[in-house]
This record gives sequence, structure tokens and C-alpha cells, in this order.
Amino acid sequence: MEALLALTIGVLVAAAVYLMLSGHMFRFILGLVLISNAANLTIFTAGRLTEGVPALIAVGAEAPDGLVANPLPQALVLTAIVIGFGLFAFAITLVKRAWTELGTVEADEMRLAEPRKEKP
Amino acid sequence: MAEGAAAHGPGETPPKGNGAIGVLPILFALALFAAFLAALPTVSAGERLLWTIDWVPSLGIGFAFMVDGLSLTFALLISGIGTLVLLYSNSYLAGHPQYGRFALYLTSFMVAMLGLVLADDLIVLFVFWELTTITSYLLIGFSHETEKGRRNALQALFVTGAGALAFLAGLILLGFAAGTTRISDILAQGTAIHDHPLYLPILLLLLLGAFTKSAQVPFHFWLPNAMAAPTPVSAFLHSATMVKAGVYVMARVHPSMAGTDVWLWTLTIFGVITAVYASILALRQTDLKQSLAYTTLMALGTLTLFLGQESGYAMTAFATFLIVHSLYKAALFLVIGSVDHGAGTREADLLGGLGRAMPVTAIAAAVAAMSMAGFPPFLGFIGKELKYAGALAVASEPVLVAGGVLLANALMFAVAGIVAFRPFWRPAGGDLPRKPHEAPWPMLAGPVLLAALGALFGLNPDLLQVSLVNPTVLSLTGSENEVVELKLWAGVNLPLVLSIATFVLGLLFYLAHRPLRASLAGFFAAAPSLDRGWDGFMDALKRSAGAVTDIIQTGRMTDYFVATFATIAIGLAAAMGFRGLPSLDPAFGAVSWIDLALAGLILGGAALTAFTSSRIAAIAALGVVGIGTALVFIFFGAPDVAITQLMVEVLVVVLVAIVMLRLPRLDAAPNPFRPGHAGLAVAVGTVVTLALLAVLTAPLDRRLSDYFEATSWPEAFGRNIVNVILVDFRALDTFGEVAVVVVAALSAVALLRQGKAGGKGETK
Repeated sequence: MEALLALTIGVLVAAAVYLMLSGHMFRFILGLVLISNAANLTIFTAGRLTEGVPALIAVGAEAPDGLVANPLPQALVLTAIVIGFGLFAFAITLVKRAWTELGTVEADEMRLAEPRKEKP
Repeated sequence: MAEGAAAHGPGETPPKGNGAIGVLPILFALALFAAFLAALPTVSAGERLLWTIDWVPSLGIGFAFMVDGLSLTFALLISGIGTLVLLYSNSYLAGHPQYGRFALYLTSFMVAMLGLVLADDLIVLFVFWELTTITSYLLIGFSHETEKGRRNALQALFVTGAGALAFLAGLILLGFAAGTTRISDILAQGTAIHDHPLYLPILLLLLLGAFTKSAQVPFHFWLPNAMAAPTPVSAFLHSATMVKAGVYVMARVHPSMAGTDVWLWTLTIFGVITAVYASILALRQTDLKQSLAYTTLMALGTLTLFLGQESGYAMTAFATFLIVHSLYKAALFLVIGSVDHGAGTREADLLGGLGRAMPVTAIAAAVAAMSMAGFPPFLGFIGKELKYAGALAVASEPVLVAGGVLLANALMFAVAGIVAFRPFWRPAGGDLPRKPHEAPWPMLAGPVLLAALGALFGLNPDLLQVSLVNPTVLSLTGSENEVVELKLWAGVNLPLVLSIATFVLGLLFYLAHRPLRASLAGFFAAAPSLDRGWDGFMDALKRSAGAVTDIIQTGRMTDYFVATFATIAIGLAAAMGFRGLPSLDPAFGAVSWIDLALAGLILGGAALTAFTSSRIAAIAALGVVGIGTALVFIFFGAPDVAITQLMVEVLVVVLVAIVMLRLPRLDAAPNPFRPGHAGLAVAVGTVVTLALLAVLTAPLDRRLSDYFEATSWPEAFGRNIVNVILVDFRALDTFGEVAVVVVAALSAVALLRQGKAGGKGETK
């Protein structure tokens, strides 16, 4: 499954990159969500997959009995999901705001900071 | 033109001074001078004073200072002339609104210069070297309201700053080759450095720094431009001190570095060319200050020339001429300042008849000029005789060197006449902008004292010999036996003959200087000018920077993204190319039908999101990817992660849905297939997959996971290890994460609400 997931992640990244390159702010947001998912899956897979055994300690035991899923990447991914959501929420309101202020959702039309050169 | 005069109108009485701001720096400089004077008896006796505190002990770098003959000579010149210049400035710029700033720059410069000549550590030397560059930039650019002042200050900064980079490299290599950065230790190693493989690079880098700072041809063009500074600054920086920093450094490393053919020929050739070329240019000028500026170049060339040699004659000539030049050149610069101040112009053809109105200045000028022209019994005469003796002592090419020195001296003689004789004693040449008046006493003190010292030392050369020349030669050669005795009358010999030839030739140049100047002006107007070349160079630099910026910064976000993603793809591919492709554990390849279904879910969702033109389909497809991801977490033992993922996924979809309704329809924007972007996207996806496979082939380091599993219950009393990690072991991280989410939420709310409340007033 690791190999298949690696392949899936590759496709996710490719789709995300394609969307982010579109220059359309809304598609960019979609790509952003996809690439966060891909990143989370990458961390998770890199810590190896263990099927069906959550990292829990049975009542009365001092430590997990036998091999359990690797808890460290899970903790990292949990954090990453939440931060990713924060980023997403901020980005999407920014897009909405840009639409109200600038009247466009095309990134290449937003030239306030780097205006087009006047042709001499 | 008369920057000093700008402070008060012609009819008003000039203010007396600048109060405490004017007086305190003078006292400070005087105290420094007195302190150095107190060290004179010790150093004259042949001793060296060393003083150190640690700075970077791990690298052996210390705030180390050394007072020996060479550095004390410089220190006395700097602090002594500094005192007189500050005294002079206080009247020259009396009532100037920015005098406080001026005094601060000038005093800082003086301190930096003193640090430079006293430093006993290569790194400390460099620090002070750069401080002089920066403070002199501020001083040259003191008249920053003028375009010219700013340009010339920048030019000086760039030329000397670029040289300083080479200089730093040379110092570091020298420290590396010698095994120490302490200058006194390097000098103690003698000429051992000659055999080091780095000798040549060190030499060339150090000389590049010294030549730019001391304005040797072809780096000379910044110095005359630096005359944009107020005249007292020119008197201080561009005669006595800063431009001599390069000369000082060459003298400092002389005992270690000199004695090779490269050293001899580089210094000799550059010195001779600079001396002759500068003297010709000096004759060409009509602005008295510019004339003097070029004679400074001539002096620097001569000093460089002497440092190329090793003989006792050359070293004595160096030490003597160093002092002679500082005395008469500072005096003459100050005189020019007084003339400018009194008569309102510095044009040679206008000025005349000032001797009656400014008698004291005129006499001081005459005495200094006699020293400059090399008349007996002034110190300049002794300096000149020694110059010839030193030049003739050049073993290999005495004729070339002596000929160059002769020509330069004759021209110097003519310039001395033009600058210090004609304006005072010939009949007036035209209407002066202002009725000339004698300078006040603080502006007389400098020229008079400096000129008098030149005469005193000339009549009584032993005084100078014992106190300063001998110790300096000791620093340069390591032996006092090398010193040649200074005397006014050395008998009828070749130097005397050459001296007489100088006077004759110089007189001819002086009498013929106007036609000469005219033909020179014609010649130089046609010849390519480095100064104009500089402007062209700067313009080209700015244009190419602009062109590069236009290419890199297109202002299109998609271009930036292409660059970013291409960098990721190429970087990862290169790394992978070095490591070789991963060989995978076959177990990783095994798949069940559930795995296939999960992957299919995610892949389908991703593809639909990428290519659909329907808003609803995009949102739904995004949700499918999120749910597929959550399912992966569930199947592989991460229920907590899955729960979070599901919750977030719901929120994402809700938010997207809310916002999207306020945005234009997705199908309103055409979404044609972009093959180039698709290719890049596939490349990035491929390298990410390969990178992940490479990670999977490496053995897993489970030490942290093992630690958390083992301590989760005994130490943190939690049975859900993931939760324990989040809220206990890494609680601070989680707290930070909460803060990030809160900030993001607050900003989002602010953005949304502003849009409502701000209304139309803000939008356009």
C-alpha cells in the first residue's frame, strides 16, 4: 500500500500544482486544499503504515502491547491539518476581499504592487 | 563655489564661532595630540608600545594596538593637523546650521584614522579602514544638496569600497599564511612570507586596496572629485590623512612583503606613472583647489615609488617626504580655503593682488610653497634632495625613475608658483566677487604653524631626524643604521645638479603655463576620461540591473509559481539523480482491494477538481479527496487524525460554498487545457512520489516513537499516545498552533467585516 499511496500523493500534488498555476484565485484555493492533503498523507506514509492498530495503551498496561501505529507522525499531521485549515480560511477570505476591492479573481490582473511597465 | 561663505552674506559680520560644539572637538583633538607627543621620547628611543584586549579569542583576534615610529609619525600628523583643521573649520563654517554634524563627522574620521594607523591586528586594521571610508563618504557628501556632491561622494565610496573588499581578502589570506592576525607577530617573522604559495595573491589584493585608497592611476579619478567637500575636509582627508592610508599599509607590510621583483616593479611603475601623470594634470587646472588635488596624487605616487625600494636612502626619503608633504599640503589647502573665503573665488585667472589685503596668509602661503617647490632652506629642499638620492639608488632603472621624479618635481614647482605666488603677488586679473579681507586668527593659525614647521625643520633637520625619521626608518627596515642623515648642504653631487635642473625646468613650466594649459586642455578634452567612463559604467550597471529585474520580476503571479515549482522539481530530481533511484521493499507494493478503492477515490476526486468547470462539482470533488484521506487515516490506525480531518473537511466545504457564492461563476473564466503547466505539474508530482519512495527505502528511526510509547502512561498518565504527545510532550507547540488558528480566524473576520462596513468609499 505504501507504494500505491506514494503514487496517489504524486497525482494529488500534480493536480494541486496544475490548479495553483491557473492564475484563477478560486482554483488556486482548491489546489491549496489538495496540496495540504498531499502533505499530510506524505508525513503519515513516511512514518510507515500499520493497519488497524491505533496507538493506544490498554487499561492496566504500562505500554502498548506489540506493534501499534506510529504515534509521532499522527501528532504531526494533526497539527498540520489544523494549521492548514487556518491558512485556508485566511486565504479564501483574502480572495473574497480581493474580489470586492479589485473586481477580479485573476492573479495576473492584480498589478497594484508591481504595475505594468508603460510602453515607451 | 565658496561653500564657507554661504553661511553669511557679504555685508553681514560673520559670527564668531559655533559655541561649545565648535570648541569641544578642537580640545579633544588637542588632547590626543598631546598624548601622542608624550609617547614621542619613548618611541624615539627605539621602543615599541603594545596594548591588547581580547575580541574574538577563538580566532586569535584582539583589539591590539601598536605605537612605533611609523604609526606614531602618522598619529602625530593626524591629530596635529586634525586640531588645526578643526580650529580652522570653526571659523570657516562659522554659524553653519549643520556645524554639529560636520564636527561629528570630522572627529569620527580622525578617530577612525588613528585607529587605522595604530592597529596591531589585521581585522582591527580593516574595521578602521572601512570606518575611514564611511566617514569620508559623509564628509565628501557634506554638501548633499548638490547633485555633484552626492555623486562624487558615492564615487569615492564605491571605488575605495570595492578596493576594500580586495583588501579584506588580502588581509585574511595574509593572516592565514602567517598563522596569526597580529601585525607585530607577522613582522617578527621577517620575509618568510615570500616563500608562501599565497604570496602573490596576498600582494596583489593588498595593493589593490592600497592603490584605490591612495588614488594611484588608474584609480585616481575619485580624488579630484572628492574636492566637492568643504576645503578644510580636503586639507585633512585628501592631503594629510585618508589618502595616505594606502601608503601607510604598504609601509606597514613593507618589512615582510618588500624585496621581491613583483613588489619592486608594481610599486615603481604605478608610482612613477601616477606622479608624472598627476603633475601634468595639476598644471592643467584653473581651479586652485583642483590643482592642489592633483599635486596630492603626485605626492602619493612618489611615496609609493619609494616604498617599492628597500635602500636606506629610499626609506629615509619616504619618511621625510611623508612629513614634508603633509605639512605644506595641509597649509596650502587651508590657504586656498582662506582665499576662497576672502575673495569669493578659486579661479587662478581671476585672482591677483591679494598680498596686500591678506598679508599673513600670503606669507604663510609663500613659505609653504617654497617648501613644496623645494627651495632651500626649507624642509622641502631636503625632501627633494633625498628624493633624487633615493631615485638614483634604484638599482635597476635609475634613469627612468630619476627622470620621472625630475619631471614631476619641475611641474610641482610650477604649480606651487601658480597656487601660492600668483594669486597674491601679481596684479589683479579681474573683478573679484568680493572685496578680499584677511582671514580671522583661527584660520591663520593652521597655515602659519604648518608653514613655520616646514621652515623650522629645514633649518634644523636634526630635530626631525631624531624624533620621527629615525624611528620610522627603524619600523621600515628594522635597523637604524640604514638611516641617511638629513642635511641642508650635502656638497656638490648629482642630486644637487638635479635640483638645479628642477628649478630651471620648473621656472620654464611656470612662465609657459598658460599656453601649456591651453594645449593640455585640448588634449584631455579629446582623450577618453575615466571620470566620464565611470558615469557610463554606473549607467550601464543600473540599466542591466533594471533589465534583470524586468526578467525576474514580471509582476505575474503565475510566472513566480512556475519558477517556484520548477525549482522544486529540478532540485529534487537532481538530489535523486545523485542518490540513484530507490529500490523498494516488495511488501510496500502489496495492495488489497480496499487500498485500490481508497486510492481510486482520492485520484478521481483530484482529477475532477483539477479539470471541472462547475463550482458544485469542484466542491464535491474536493470533499471526496478529503474523505478519502480521512479513510486512509482510519484504516491505518489513526482515528484521532481521521476525526479531525473529517471535521476540517466539513468546515472547508462549508466555507468554500459560502465564499464561492459571492465570487463570479467558475465557468465564467475559460479553463483551457494548459499543456506546459500540466507537464510541470506531472514533473513535480513525479519527483514527490520518487522522494517519498526514497524515504520509504531508508530504515525508519523509531527512537522518538519508542520513547513516547514507553513514557506515555508512566509519566503523563494518558493511554492515547497521540493525544499525550499533543497536549503534554509538545504542549507548547499545540498552544502555538491554537494561537495561529485564532489569529487566522480574527484576520478572516476582519477582512470579511471590513468589506461590509467599508462599503463603496474604500473600494475605488
